[in-house]
Amino acid sequence: MLVNLIRKELKVKYTASVLGAVWSLLNPVVFLAVFSFVAAVFRNRVPDFPVFLLSGLLAWNFFANTMQGGASSVIDNANLVKKMAFPREILPLSSVGVALFDFGLQSAVFLVFIGVSGHGFHLPELWLLPLVLVVTIVFATALTLWTAALNVRYRDVGHLLNLALLVWFWATPIVYQGWLVQDKLESIRILGFDAWVLYLLNPVAVIVLGFQRALYGVVVPAAGEDPVLPLISLSGQAGMLLALLGVSVLLLFLAWRSFFHRSGDFAEEL
Amino acid sequence: MTTAIRIDGISKMFRLYRERPTSLKQRLLVSRSRSEEFWALRDITFDIAEGSSMGLIGHNGSGKTTLLKCIAGILRPTAGTIRYHGRLAALLELGAGFHPDLTGRENVYLNASFLGLSRRETDRIFDDVVAFAELEDFMDNQVKFYSSGMLVRLGFAVAVHVDPEVLLIDEVLAVGDESFQRRCLDRIRRFQADGRTIVLVTHALDVVRDVCDEAVMLDHGTMHAIGTPDDVVRTMRHRMLSDDPTFVPEQGSREVEISGVAIESEGGFRDTVRPGEGLTITVDLRADVPVTDAAVSFAIVSGSTNHPVLEGKTSELGVSLGPVDRKKRVRFRIPPAPWVSGTYFVTVGLDSADGRLFHVQTQHYPLTVPDVDHAVHALAARPTVEIEDL
Repeated sequence: MLVNLIRKELKVKYTASVLGAVWSLLNPVVFLAVFSFVAAVFRNRVPDFPVFLLSGLLAWNFFANTMQGGASSVIDNANLVKKMAFPREILPLSSVGVALFDFGLQSAVFLVFIGVSGHGFHLPELWLLPLVLVVTIVFATALTLWTAALNVRYRDVGHLLNLALLVWFWATPIVYQGWLVQDKLESIRILGFDAWVLYLLNPVAVIVLGFQRALYGVVVPAAGEDPVLPLISLSGQAGMLLALLGVSVLLLFLAWRSFFHRSGDFAEEL
Repeated sequence: MTTAIRIDGISKMFRLYRERPTSLKQRLLVSRSRSEEFWALRDITFDIAEGSSMGLIGHNGSGKTTLLKCIAGILRPTAGTIRYHGRLAALLELGAGFHPDLTGRENVYLNASFLGLSRRETDRIFDDVVAFAELEDFMDNQVKFYSSGMLVRLGFAVAVHVDPEVLLIDEVLAVGDESFQRRCLDRIRRFQADGRTIVLVTHALDVVRDVCDEAVMLDHGTMHAIGTPDDVVRTMRHRMLSDDPTFVPEQGSREVEISGVAIESEGGFRDTVRPGEGLTITVDLRADVPVTDAAVSFAIVSGSTNHPVLEGKTSELGVSLGPVDRKKRVRFRIPPAPWVSGTYFVTVGLDSADGRLFHVQTQHYPLTVPDVDHAVHALAARPTVEIEDL
C-alpha cells in the first residue's frame, strides 16, 4: 500500500510536467549556481565548493521536503481519508518515501559527480554515510508524523513550518563552513554553556555535518589554510550521530503514538 | 446463524463550532464553550447476521451515513464498539479514493491496495474489473476525464472484485444507467448467494424491500425501527408523510363528501392487486346540498418513490357525474396492468368544475402489489367509469 501510495504521489507530482523527474535534479543545480555566485562575491573560498555545498544541501533538501510534504500529506489526501479506511500513518510515511526518492536520484548524480570531479571519496569518513542516512530518515519521519497530525487541526502548523524551515536552514552550516561557527562560538559562553555545544544541539546541524564529513571528507582541505569543517574527531562525530539516533528513535515512538491517537478524528476534522 | 457485524452501543458526537478554532491563536483565545455537541448517533445496538443484507433507511441527517462510516472504520465512534471479521469494502461516494490525475488503471491498483490487495492479486482481478465496468477503452485515460457514471462503475467494479466478506454501499448505485444498475443488483444477489454480508444505505425504499433481508430505520440518530424490510419501510413511510408540512390528510368544504372507498382487485381481494390484474376503485359520495358540477378523481401513488403511477378524473375521462343529491357511487375500473410490487397509496378527491375543493383524502387508502419485481413505471391504462344513483 505504501509503495503504491508513493508511486501515486510521484506520478501526480511529475505526470503533467514535460521534464518530470529532471526538475528534482534541476533544483540543486540552481542552488549550486546561486550560492557559488554568492560565495564568490563574499570571497569565501572553499576548495571544491560544489562538493561542500551539495553534501549538506541534498541532506537538507531531503529533510525540508519530507517536512513540507508530510505536513500537508493528510490534508491533501482529504478525499481518501474521508472516504476510505486505511492506516493513516502511510500518508506522512509516503511523503518520506517521495522525498527519499528525490534524494536518491540527486545523490546518485552527486556521487558520480564526486568521483568524476576529482574530489574523490575519503575512506574512513565515508563510513559515516550509512549511519547519518539512517539518523536523518528516523528524525525526519518522527517530526513529520507530528506536524502531519497537528496540521489537520491547526492549519498554522503549515505556515509556521515554512518560516521555521527558513530559520533552520540558516542555523545549519550548509552554505557557510561549520568551522567558522566553531571558531566564533567556542570562546563564548551562554548561561554557563559553551555556545558551540548549544549550536550542535540543532539536530539538523549534526546531520548536515555528518553528511559533509562523510562526503566532503576533509576537515582541512588545503594545508596552511583555515579548516572548512569543524574540528571534531571522526569518532566524536559518530558519537553525536549515535546519540541523535537514540533521541530520534524515542521521538519516533512518541510521535507515532501521538499520531495514532489523533488519526481517529482526521475524517471529521478535515 | 453467526453474527457478521456486531454494533454495540454506538454513539457518535460531533462538535459543532460556531466559528471553528482551526488556528492556534483562536485555540488559545477562544474557550471550548463556544462549541456545541451534536449527537449524530445515540446508542445504536444491533447485529447483522452473516450472509444477510441489512438496509439502513432514514431521513437526510438521520445518521445513516455516519453509522456506515463508523462501521467502515473511517469515523471513530464516541462510545460503543463495532466488531466484524474478514475483509470489508466500502463504497461511500462517487469516485471515492480515486485520484483525478491518475489513469483508470493506476487508480484500480491504488484503490485495490487500499482495500488490502497485493499487486499480484490486483493483476488477477484487473481484467474482470475492467470488463464489469465496461471501460476497456478508457483505462489509460486520467480519471478526471471520466463521467460520473464511469466513476461509479469503476468504483463498484473494484469494490465487488476485491472479494470482500462485507460490502458497505451508500447510495452510490443511483448514479449508473439502468443496465448497469441491473448488473449491480445481479452482482449483489450473487454476493448474497455466496453467503456474504451487505449493508446498504439508500433512499430508494423499493431497493430495500427488494434486496434486503432486514432493515433498520434511523431517526435523528436513534434507532426508530428494526425488522423485516416491509415493516420498516411502512414505518418510514408513515414518518415521511407525517413530517411533511404540506401533507394534510383530509380537507375540503364537505358540501359533498366521500363517505366510503373500496379498492378491490378482479380476483376479489381487498386492497391488493397482483401484477397483470384489473382493479376497481369504488367511491361513495354523499351530498347534503344538491351539487351539479362535482368531479371525482383518484391517484395511485408509489409508496417508495412518492410519485403517482396512475391518475384519473371523471371529467377528464369524459364522464359527467350529473347532479349529486343524497348519495352516489362512482366506480373506476382499471384494466389489467403490469403492476410493480410494492406498497401504494390511493388519494381520492372530490371537486367542482370551477376548482372548489369539496373533499380530498390524501394517500388514505393503501394498496399492496405482492410478488417481487423492480423499478416503478407509470402504467398505460385507461380507467372507465360507471355511475349509479343509490
